[in-house]
Parts: sequence; structure tokens; C-alpha cells
Amino acid sequence: MTQPIGELWVYLSASPLLGLTVTLLAYQLAHSLYLRSGQHPLANPVLIAVAILAGLLWLTGTGYETYFAGAQFVHFLLGPATVALAVPLYTQFRRVRSMLLPISAGLLAGSATAIVSAVLIARLFDADLATQASLAPKSVTTPIAMGIAEKIGGLPSLTAVLVIFTGVLGAIIAGKVFAIARIGDPAIRGFSLGVASHGIGTARAFQIDEQTGAFAALAMGLNGLLTALLLPVIANWLFQ
Amino acid sequence: MLAALSLLLVCQLCGEVLVRWLALPVPGPVAGMLLLFLLLVLRRGPDEELRSTSQNLLKHLSLLFVPAGTGIVLHLDRVGEQWLALLLSLLVSTVLTLLVTAWVMHLCTRSKP
Repeated sequence: MTQPIGELWVYLSASPLLGLTVTLLAYQLAHSLYLRSGQHPLANPVLIAVAILAGLLWLTGTGYETYFAGAQFVHFLLGPATVALAVPLYTQFRRVRSMLLPISAGLLAGSATAIVSAVLIARLFDADLATQASLAPKSVTTPIAMGIAEKIGGLPSLTAVLVIFTGVLGAIIAGKVFAIARIGDPAIRGFSLGVASHGIGTARAFQIDEQTGAFAALAMGLNGLLTALLLPVIANWLFQ
Repeated sequence: MLAALSLLLVCQLCGEVLVRWLALPVPGPVAGMLLLFLLLVLRRGPDEELRSTSQNLLKHLSLLFVPAGTGIVLHLDRVGEQWLALLLSLLVSTVLTLLVTAWVMHLCTRSKP
């Protein structure tokens, strides 16, 4: 009986069906744990799902490329989802327009802080240049960050991972940080989360309420734009 | 749902084309988001279908990051060697970014009449 099972595994591991199904199941399991924990930030569903999937790949000796052949269908939806952020943004536009000054100032300061502090801290602890360059765009959404990393001498696939862990970290600690710093305005909370933690921060912000989410979405889009324009210029100075 | 999903894809497609054509430094989906936003301004808001489709898509936004996050298996050696630098860099930089953004916005909001 072992022969058919072996053949079945050969078939399944080569088909995109398995990678896709496992991704959805791992996320649902992670999400139900998150809900059961009372939406505790530490039980972040992305973190748990990634841990489950990485464990499964390791246990079954499956390569990431094989897994991604299936998971790419989920990954692809990042594009339309980014476009869809225009809807909450439109709904909150009145508030956005009344806050043009704080938004521009906060964006510039936050974006520069995210880049420079990440690179300098990594350098202080002896990370090599490729790691430093991969860290620089960590606060912007995956596709933008990967494109920038490639331009400035980082490793795009490492950047994708760092981007996601930045998002998870931001989603976990933002509530505590805002409480200690006594930041209560949902617009400011949302915008800061979006600047620091892009889409995953935005996902967390939408769980709080729509206004927080819309400002996070706005920040994520603007920081993506600004970092894409700024970082290739700053990199000359930062990595000389 | 189908019409709304098509609209999202058309915006993304136009965004990709525009970005490549004009050699803009932004990714296609972000340009697509701006295009859809302009369309919503012209149309004075989304219809019910677009509103519910985008809400459903955004409700599970975190799921969409899972495949790229699992890419950590490609970098276990590097992460193992430089984990302290990576962890401290991500942690401290994220806290600083949150604080600096929020404080600057707070100051600018208060200074306005």
C-alpha cells in the first residue's frame, strides 16, 4: 500500500493545488487561534500561519519554489487588494483634506526615520551590507520594497520577509506604544501604523475601526511612493 | 462582485501600463489605487457592489502576506547568523517610526488654530 501513497505525494507535491490549500488552511487555523485569544496582538495570524507553513515545508522537505507555485494565487491578490484601498480612502477623504499639514509632516519624518534607523541599528550590530540594504525599505509594502531592494544592492526575497516581520511587529506593539505615548486620535494612530507597518499594520488598523484603517491605507500608499522616490537617492549617502 | 472585481483588475492593469510607459518609480497597484480614487471622485463614491467587494478583500488582507512571509525558509542561514542585528533593527526602528510619525502629526495638529 505504500506505493500508491508515494505516487500520490509525487502528484500532489508537483501540483499548485496543495500549496494553495495549505496556505488557506494554515491561515484559517491561525486566524481562529487569534480570535480565540481575544484578538491578542501577540497571536498575530500572519506570524502563526508563516510558522505553521515553514514547519510543514521543513518536515516534508518541500522547496519554497514548489510551495510558491500554489501560493502565488494568494500572493497575486495583493495587487487588487491594494487597488481596493481607494474605497476606504475615498470615504475618509474629508478628514484627510483637513489634515494635509500633519499628514505631510508626519509622512516625511516617519519615512526617513524608518529607513535611517533600520540601517544604522543593523550596522551597529555588524550586519553585512546586503542585509543593511535589504532592511532599508522594510516599512513599505512588499512589491515596492522588493523593487527598491534590488536597486540598492539588497536581496529582494530577504526584503519580502523583513517587510512582513516589520508589519507583524508593528501590529503587535502599536497598541502599547500609542497607549504609553498617549496618542488617542484614530487618524494619527492609523497613519502612524501605515507608515511604520504598511499592509499588515493596515489590516490591524481596519480591525480597530474604519477611520483608523483608512488612514493606515493612505499612509501605506504615500510611504510607498515617497520611499520609492527617496531611498535610491539616500542610499548613495547611506551606503557610501 | 464580478463587475467590482473586474474594475479592480482594470485599474491595476491601467496602473501597470502607466507606470511602465512613463517609467514611474511606483508599483502598478499603487498607481491603480490612485486611478480608482480619481474614478470615485468623478462618480461621487463607490456603488454598493464595489463597497462590499473591497470590504471582503480587505477583511483578509493579512492572508495575502503569508506566501511571501513563508519565504523566510530561503534565508534561514543569514537570519540565523545575524538574528540579533535584524531583531533589534526591526524592533527599535518600528517603535521609533510609530512614535516620530505620531508626535510630528500631533504637534502639527495642535499648532493649527
